[in-house]
Amino acid sequence: MLETYSVEMQGIVKQFGSVTANDHVDFKAKAGEIHALLGENGAGKSTMMCMLSGVYRPTSGEIYIHGEKVKIRSPKDAMKLGIGMVFQNFRLVQTLTAAENIILGEKTSFWRGPGWMKKKQEEIEAIATRFGLTFPVDRPIWQLSVGEQQRVEIVKTLYRGADLIILDEPTSVLTPGEADQLFETLAQLKAEGKTVIITTHKLKEVMAISDSISIMRKGKLTHTMEKSETNERELARLMVGKELTAQKPLASRPKGKPLLIVDQLDVYADHGRKALNQMEFQVHEGEIVGVAGVAGNGQKELAEVLTGLRSWHKGSITFNGSPLKNASVRGAIEARIAHVPENRMKSGLAGSLGIVDNLLFKSYRKRSRYGFLRSRANRSWSQSLVEQFDVRTPGLDTPVRQLSGGNQQKLLFAREVDQDPLFMVAVHPTQGLDVGATEGVHRLLTEMRGQGKSILLISEDLDEVMQLSDRILVIYNGRMVGELARGEATREQIGLYMAGVRDEGDAEEEKVI
Amino acid sequence: MDIFVQIVVAAISSGTPLLFATLGGILIERSGIIQLGAEGLMLMGAVIACMTYLNTGNLALALMAACAISAVLGVVHAFMCVTLRANQIVSGLALTLFGTGLSAYLGKSITGQPVAGAVPKVNLNFLENVPVIGGIFAHLDILTWFSFILVIVLHLYIHRTSWGLHLRAIGDNPPTADVMGIRVQTFRYGYIVIGSMLIGLAGADLLMVYSPTWIEGMTAGRGWIAVALIIFARWNPIRALFCAYFFGALDTIGFRIQLIGSEIPSYFLKMIPYIVTILVLMFLGWRNRNKPSGSPESLGIPYIREQRF
Repeated sequence: MLETYSVEMQGIVKQFGSVTANDHVDFKAKAGEIHALLGENGAGKSTMMCMLSGVYRPTSGEIYIHGEKVKIRSPKDAMKLGIGMVFQNFRLVQTLTAAENIILGEKTSFWRGPGWMKKKQEEIEAIATRFGLTFPVDRPIWQLSVGEQQRVEIVKTLYRGADLIILDEPTSVLTPGEADQLFETLAQLKAEGKTVIITTHKLKEVMAISDSISIMRKGKLTHTMEKSETNERELARLMVGKELTAQKPLASRPKGKPLLIVDQLDVYADHGRKALNQMEFQVHEGEIVGVAGVAGNGQKELAEVLTGLRSWHKGSITFNGSPLKNASVRGAIEARIAHVPENRMKSGLAGSLGIVDNLLFKSYRKRSRYGFLRSRANRSWSQSLVEQFDVRTPGLDTPVRQLSGGNQQKLLFAREVDQDPLFMVAVHPTQGLDVGATEGVHRLLTEMRGQGKSILLISEDLDEVMQLSDRILVIYNGRMVGELARGEATREQIGLYMAGVRDEGDAEEEKVI
Repeated sequence: MDIFVQIVVAAISSGTPLLFATLGGILIERSGIIQLGAEGLMLMGAVIACMTYLNTGNLALALMAACAISAVLGVVHAFMCVTLRANQIVSGLALTLFGTGLSAYLGKSITGQPVAGAVPKVNLNFLENVPVIGGIFAHLDILTWFSFILVIVLHLYIHRTSWGLHLRAIGDNPPTADVMGIRVQTFRYGYIVIGSMLIGLAGADLLMVYSPTWIEGMTAGRGWIAVALIIFARWNPIRALFCAYFFGALDTIGFRIQLIGSEIPSYFLKMIPYIVTILVLMFLGWRNRNKPSGSPESLGIPYIREQRF
């Protein structure tokens, strides 16, 4: 007997202009299984799933749902076929309540008095509790945490009768504890006979929850296998296309003298919310300090304060023996603080300018005479930096927007490192980079450490933080709630801190105060 | 007490045109489109209503003509902003300049011809003897009563109906609304046209009730005040009612001080509403500096479905 798949995609090709995102991909998934679609950033996973949910249309290829050939032209078509997708950037209207978001597409009953709303809220709560997805249904979305928002999204697909549920990188915004909770929900969905597809690049997750695994690389689906037939190492090799070099632990260094002392710092975010609350920590010479934490707990504001982009209200920052100027970018540059911003194309580089101009942003004062830039000298200086940092570019005048993410990041590092900084604030330095480029960035960071420079590494990638940092600080609600040395840090312990759970000893201490 | 009633009555009568224009603007902006053409639409509505009434003597026809002309201009704005994704501010300013110019040209022959008494009043004689309430509500005209009803209907529509929910969604997050099967472009067209009709009606109301003679540029910036009122009212019809009457009262007070024969030059008195506009904008901006403004999040941003996200 032929086994029927709940979803089958055959020979799918998707082109964006001249770029081929998917190249003759065959993908199948069965009902009652969790199928992981594994691949690096840019491997084409999300594009595949967007075609299944009607956001994109395939250039060519066929899709079968429960053995029947279908055409999915819009998200509406996908919904009718029972396909629901939870996007990485949630599709929720911030000002509406959770319940209103869930019933948004409903066309029935024009009039919606309080009684009708109440009935719907109960209906939604019933679905939510059945799958262990609790959230306040009558509060507006902007008041919910990211984890709760994701639950709203999942309930939304269920409410609309989806039996094929796609989750795009679902754990990238969750704490480890929230992720575990999500996995329980997924297992329950599976038990009810629904097909669950998750896209991810995290191997541990794949091994923890999936039944079948498909691996994509450079737009092609290279392997499909059962989880029981494979292991993490093999998956890593298949995903990257080469054996990963085992990571050497960093040589330990003697602790230098304190370089950066942050004391009792109070900082307010844009809408008057207190972003940093009595923040205290130190960074010593020649060490990498990792800052772990769930996004939105003050990381952004911390980076901005240290680089002069934001003012602080109380407390002090001492850098290299003297007080740091409040809210002065130039002060930070002159104090030799380098900055690798969170979004390199937004606040790191000017996309439509060329290499030379982008390299000059922090040193144009030195590199000009009588107020005019010394263009010939600057060109040869840029050329030498491009060679030294191995930036692959067609020319020095190419708009940097056209470079790949990895080369943009190398260019940014070239500019920052050339300033001979004492200290670097690096925010998500490897976000959106492939494995090769990530390794390059990690090498640059460890080289700087080797030269006795200090780095504050703010990252959501826990593996990266644990691999590179001499010390790990965990930020929660604008405070450093935990500090762990390299050897003693475990994912579980960091996860607890990230969720705001403090040591018992700490809690008692607080009571005494 | 008497003076209070008089001021309230005057505030309602000069605030009602503002209220119509603000309600129209709220509908348009809730759908995510900026509407700066109010001044031009009001002038066109006024001049067309005046011409129609002088020629036919039919009030209903005059009001319909005002709505029709502003609906046509609304379609132009919608075509520019929704279909062509042109800059919404430029399109709105163009409508204002166009409406100001064309209304001046069309109105040359009818300047100074009175249309007084065109709008019948609703006489509620049983209210006569009730203090305060009787003074305010006993002899209002039908357009004012219509504006009361409109406020309530719009409030319920926005907050209590499925279409109202869709309206809130398309102004805040059009991609999400689209994924949920709501036709963003169609709805935006609809709300721009309906909202524009209300703004045209505001012009007609100004002419037929408040100052019943056509004079070139007779709105005197009321369209712009309506744009500011949308923000004061935070896109809410009920608050719009109170804000409109507040500004109506300011207008009246200036007029009254003039009547008393004060030494202050009348030009300064006429400035009062505009100065208060600036002061209130500054005050609200300062008070809400730490809060999201409450404006529809995608206001002014054209929606393109096929964009990669």
